[in-house]
This record gives sequence, structure tokens and C-alpha cells, in this order.
Amino acid sequence: MLNYDLVVVGGGPAGMAAALKAKECGVDSIIVLERAEALGGILEQCIHTGFGLHYFGEELSGPEYAAKFIEQVEKTDITVKTDTMVLDIDGNNLVTAVNKADGLLKIQAKAIVLAMGCRERPRGALEISGTRASGIMTAGTAQKYVNLDGYMPGKKVVILGSGDIGLIMARRMTLEGAEVKVVCELMPYSGGLTRNIVQCLDDFGIPLKLSTTVVETHGKDRLEGVTIAQVDEKLQPIESTKEYIECDTLMLSVGLIPENELTKNVGIGIDRITNGAVVDEMRQTDHKGIFACGNVLHVHDLVDYVTLEAQIAGKGAADYILGKCDNEPCYVNTTTGNGVRYLVPQKVNINNKEAVKLYFRVGRIYKNAKVILECDGKIISSKKKVKLAPGEMEDVVIPADVLAGMTPESSIVVRVEE
Amino acid sequence: MKRELICVACPLGCTVTVEYNDEEILSVTGNTCKRGEAYAKTEITNPTRSLTSSVKVNGGVLPVVPVKSSKPVPKSMLFDCMKVINSVTVDAPVKIGQVIIENILDTGADIIATNND
Ligand SMILES: Cc1cc2nc3c(=O)[nH]c(=O)nc-3n(C[C@H](O)[C@H](O)[C@H](O)COP(=O)(O)OP(=O)(O)OC[C@H]3O[C@@H](n4cnc5c(N)ncnc54)[C@H](O)[C@@H]3O)c2cc1C
Ligand code: SF4
Repeated sequence: MLNYDLVVVGGGPAGMAAALKAKECGVDSIIVLERAEALGGILEQCIHTGFGLHYFGEELSGPEYAAKFIEQVEKTDITVKTDTMVLDIDGNNLVTAVNKADGLLKIQAKAIVLAMGCRERPRGALEISGTRASGIMTAGTAQKYVNLDGYMPGKKVVILGSGDIGLIMARRMTLEGAEVKVVCELMPYSGGLTRNIVQCLDDFGIPLKLSTTVVETHGKDRLEGVTIAQVDEKLQPIESTKEYIECDTLMLSVGLIPENELTKNVGIGIDRITNGAVVDEMRQTDHKGIFACGNVLHVHDLVDYVTLEAQIAGKGAADYILGKCDNEPCYVNTTTGNGVRYLVPQKVNINNKEAVKLYFRVGRIYKNAKVILECDGKIISSKKKVKLAPGEMEDVVIPADVLAGMTPESSIVVRVEE
Repeated sequence: MKRELICVACPLGCTVTVEYNDEEILSVTGNTCKRGEAYAKTEITNPTRSLTSSVKVNGGVLPVVPVKSSKPVPKSMLFDCMKVINSVTVDAPVKIGQVIIENILDTGADIIATNND
């Protein structure tokens, strides 16, 4: 059995930033376990630019952003094991992992940071009838084919779902000479960043059909076409709007799900909306010494925010290991008010001496609305927003003096007012 | 004249309003930072986009290496640049930051590798 102060599960941007921060805070022995052959996580296949503007002040591609952190990790004495898959974490922070060189690994940790990222929602999660022809894949799988394997998965493409990966792939396929016929989105709004709609669809005249879905796929061995239809308010397809579109590839970009099997096995409480762990302001879960950050906690659209969140978790884990943690935290839950779908962190230790930033997403599009933070029935802040969209994460800060004045019976509510 | 644009210079995607006439840009509002103003000005006069793609590699770990343009290229030239990029093969090892194509189609932008292979 090995002993480490800190075990980090996942070597994407979240895992690397958490490990580096913990090192900086004085943690002695740290190990990062990564399933893939190399560090970097999903960024390795995101070759478009748009990463790091907020954190580094320059526009980087995914691999470049990752490389900056890989370089820093290599300069420290942090142990990295790639090709290593974590199989289990038990209630006493004992981590079981496996790789070819070591076989089965047992690692006893003082603290653990979960940074497993997320995976794409597969076809099975959707109700599309039709044959199991080849040519149907998630947008992320297509992204891996094109960007890492140098292989074009098709020539005539329909994309279902307007998540960022789908939008990015619409542009990528178009630039590589494929014809992207349409992007269909079930909801009346896009789940992707506005900038991606502008520069990935509008720039190339690719239509985005909202409130539209794919109802059937056609073709026996290879996909030959799909039937799309508009949906009503109950998201049911409208018969009379059915339309056949010829295509050899259907890409799905219908959402990401945090990869939380390990988390659930430890018995950690999961938030029903984020599908990630319930955490406090240090990103500690309800299991002492286990922290979570990045896409495994809630799906982020900007890696810069992933890095910032991972640094909070890394600092939290360091405090825990070095015995600087508050042993008798006094928690107040954060509550979602009108229009707010979820809040992270879900609870805040009011003994905390510093201001706490709450991240959230709204449930639909709002124009000229106000984001209101209300503590104990008093409006603490009211911020005007020209636009709020479900695809874009927002934040609001609870000032330190407000926290200082709270009691265990206090309330923290974030809501949207039109 | 007045046009509302979405700044694509960074993922925040601010809505920027530009007022202009035939001769000059009169005002730019709604941008959060200076880059937004610069973006709006070029978008009205000569729209440009940064280009990312991949280039074939001989003898590398992966068959392709990702590349980007060192600065944005005119939007109207994206497909012409792609033709040039797709006609090139480089030999491994490729280093991050290595120039793969110099001054592509006289745009002043280099095509550079964004990963090692
Ligand atoms: C396709 C796509 C496009 C994006 N575009 C942008 C953009 O334009 N701009 C931007 O700023 N952000 C973008 N993002 C967001 C950003 O890339 C992600 O938010 C970020 O990569 C998440 O980091 P992470 O470390 O949480 O997860 P990941 O990068 O997914 O890393 C998680 C790592 O954990 C490993 N892992 C999982 N389970 C185990 C296990 N059991 N054992 C060992 N290892 C394990 C995985 O192999 C993976 O390497 C995009 C994301 C995607 C998916
Ligand atoms: S104006 Fe600045 S902050 Fe806003 S989208 Fe453009 S670059 Fe980003």
C-alpha cells in the first residue's frame, strides 16, 4: 500500500490546478491519477482557440492551455501516474486504482480531490426511432476522430443539440469540406455560448432550428438520412412539420453528465440538478477530506472557471491536510430563488472570514433582468444584466461582513427579477 | 448607421453596439473591455477570424498535429487558407509553437503548431 497526503483523481485542467495549488500551499506528497495516456483531459481534443483569455490574458487553444499546466506540474515533485484508472474510493479515503505497470494499486490518502470531468449524454438517453446504422455519434467522439485521429467521419452532417461541442464541430466539419445541413435544438433556446453560434453557425450560414428535434433515423448499414420535426410546448413532435433530410452523419450534442460513479460509491450526497456532489465553499463534499472541482462538480463552459474552482478545492484540501480546517463548521444552505436552476456551493460555512462567490445558472433566457442576492430577507446586492442565458454561468458574491453577521438560522437566496 | 454585434473576441460574448457612417466609426458601446472595441471596428471594416485546424504528421505519435493562425485572417479567406493547410505534411517531431506555414497567403499570419507530436 502507498501513502500520499493528497490523491487527485483525474489529470485534466481541474486535477492539475488543484494539485498545483495544494503543492503551493505546502502539501508534501501529492499524486495525480489519470486514465488517459497523458495529462490534459478533454482539452487535448479541443483544438479551437478561446481558452485562457481570463486566466492567462491570451487566447489559447485547448492543448496550449493544458500544456501551460503540464509544464508547471513537471517542475514540481508531484507524482503523476497516467494510464491509471481509479476503480474505487472507500469511506476511509483508501483509493484503489489499476494500471498495466503496477497492476492493482492501493493508496491511502489523507485527502482526495475528485476531478473526473464529465462525459457526453449518449444516444440511448434520447428517444429516436430507427435503425442502428453507423454514422451516429456524439459530437465529442467526432471531435476526437477529426482532431486526434485525423479522420473525417462523414460528408453530409446533421447535428442534434446546440451545445458548444456541437457548434464547434459544425464549424470544424464545414472548414474540412463537409456540408453541415442543420443544427436542431429541442429547446426554444440554444445551450451553447452566443459567440459559438455567431462564429460557428452564422459565419457559415448554417441554419439553427430551435424547438426542433430528430424523430427518426434512416439507413441500414450506413445512415442515409434523418426525419426532423418541430416540437410543441410539451416538447412533443408535431406530425405536420416532419421533414426528411439526407445525411450520412448525425452528431449528438445533447448535454454533458458529470462522471460521478466513484463519488456515489463513497456515499457522497449528490445535487439533483447539477448531478455533482453537494459541496461547501471550499468545495468539500459531505465526506470529510474529499473535495470536488471542475466538470465533475458541475458542467462548466469556460475552462478558466474550472481552473479557479480547482484552486479553491486545492487550497481546501491543503488546509484539511495541514490541520488548518475549521473543525466545527456552521453551515447555511444556499437557496435557489425564482429563475435560478442551481447554486454552487450548496452550503457556506459562516465562520469563514472571506467573501464567497456563488456560481449559478438560470433556467431560461432573460433580457434586462436583475440578479438579486438576499440574505435574511435583506437585499445585499442587485446586479443589472442585459442578458442571462442557461448556457452561460453567472456568479454573485456574498461579502465577508454579511457572512460575519449570520447565524445558523440565516438564509441565502439568489433570484432573478425581470 | 447602427449595428448590434456579438463580440467573439472572448467567450463572454458581450453585445456591442456600433454607430458608424460611410467614413468612420462614431461610437462603440456595450463592450466590457478594449478588445471588444477593436473587434467591433474590424468587424465593420474588414471582418477577421482566427483559424484552427490540424496538419498531417509523418512519423508522430498521432497522425495529425493541431495548428492555429498566429493572428486572425480575413473571414473571406478561411477556405483558401484551409486548402493550403490541408496540402501540407510535416515530419515529426513537431514542437508546440513551431511555425508550420509562414505568412499564409500573404495574410501576415503564420500557421503554428499548438501541441507537440
Ligand atoms: C468539446 C468541448 C469544448 C469546449 N470548449 C471550450 C472553449 O471553447 N473554451 C473554454 O474555455 N472551455 C471550453 N470547454 C470547457 C473545458 O474544456 C472543460 O470545462 C474543462 O476541460 C473541464 O476540466 P476538467 O478537468 O473538469 O475535466 P476533463 O478535462 O474532462 O478532465 C477529467 C480527466 O479525468 C480523467 N478521469 C475520469 N475518470 C477517471 C478515473 N476513474 N480514473 C482516472 N482518471 C479519470 C479523464 O480521463 C480526464 O482526463 C469545452 C469542453 C468540451 C468538452
Ligand atoms: S468585449 Fe471584451 S469581455 Fe466582452 S466579449 Fe469582447 S473581449 Fe470578451
